[in-house]
Amino acid sequence: MEVKELIRAKDALEAYTLLNEFKGSKVMAGGAWMKLSVKSVDKLILLDDLNLDYIKEENEFLEIGAMTSLRTIEMHPAIKSMNSGILAKAIKSIMGVQVRNIATIGGSVMGRFAFSDLLGALLVLDCRLYFHDLQEITVFDFLQMPKVPSDILLNIKIKKTAGKGYFHKVSKTHLDFSLLNIAITKNELFRIAIGSRPQTATLAINTANFLNSQSEINEETIKKAVEIACDEIKVSTNLRASKEYREVLLKTYLTRGLEEVIK
Amino acid sequence: MKINLKINGQSRQFLIEPNEYLLDVLRRNDYLSVRRGCDNTSCGVCTVLIDNKPVPSCSVLAARCENKEITTVEGIETEVEKLAKYFGELGADQCGYCNPSMALTVYSLKLENRNANIEEVKEYLVGNLCRCTGYVAQHEAIMKYLGDES
Repeated sequence: MEVKELIRAKDALEAYTLLNEFKGSKVMAGGAWMKLSVKSVDKLILLDDLNLDYIKEENEFLEIGAMTSLRTIEMHPAIKSMNSGILAKAIKSIMGVQVRNIATIGGSVMGRFAFSDLLGALLVLDCRLYFHDLQEITVFDFLQMPKVPSDILLNIKIKKTAGKGYFHKVSKTHLDFSLLNIAITKNELFRIAIGSRPQTATLAINTANFLNSQSEINEETIKKAVEIACDEIKVSTNLRASKEYREVLLKTYLTRGLEEVIK
Repeated sequence: MKINLKINGQSRQFLIEPNEYLLDVLRRNDYLSVRRGCDNTSCGVCTVLIDNKPVPSCSVLAARCENKEITTVEGIETEVEKLAKYFGELGADQCGYCNPSMALTVYSLKLENRNANIEEVKEYLVGNLCRCTGYVAQHEAIMKYLGDES
């Protein structure tokens, strides 16, 4: 990667201004993916001096700074216990410890990577993102935006919940990208996200609405929910897996996941 | 630009380009135990410890390491001797290309979780590829090393 100028921003305002004033400037989070995907940057903006590497526990929320490494998050006791530890499980499935020590949650979110294992877990945990300019937005709304905003992500807030959760990634090897991943939480309501379809993770809203309207969840309702999910969630073919294979994976792991969270 | 690093306990200053990765800076300055493999974070042979945490040096900009403590395999000599003894006894070693990075990752695991079980060892080492051994003997040797309290 060619870098003409490297700038350590002193605060979020400086980073935001540089990013928006100079065409060809980019913000670097962990940097691992950027090395593989960006050939040349005029101004590379580093957020290392913004003190965004932290996890703060508040009464109802966990606040995670955007520059916190995935490994730090994965090892945090509150993350390990929240909704059966699905966020920790999702992170654990990403590459090895070395990469997770440099990859940050901010970079993983702002990349909106189609193969992301993290986004599905964040969707079902109902996280909110806090930006320098854009202020507050849910992960779901962020993923619906046509373009990634030219903004500085400061932190992510996750509502503390005590319900159950399920995360499963299907891949050929541990280090490979997902062929499909599924995240489910069951607090007062069900939330279901399907990722690496191969498109970016999305919520299965109709499926969750159906489950949430049922007085009892049993084998029949799960079967019906899986049918709704197969209609609602578009999967397709890419080099890693066919549409047909992804449909089988969706049916299989959604069934298993729902069975798991109602136990 | 100049950066100040502490490598294996020694303060060093290097002249670097803004786009240089730590791996390149270390190798250019004769830290040749830090190997180049895939150069895209997949293989783990470029692993060094930054503040005792294993990272892929191929993907960390050197400029971001100002005043950080970098450890290469030469910085954990006593631990490496112990680990090498078990690797030798169990035939866990073939070409040796991945050994320095593996030793650093295992040392980091020992600092983090000395009582790791075999599954935790496997999980921790998933980012260190070895194309020779098939891992079984390595995992056994690592378990013995972790249990060695000498």
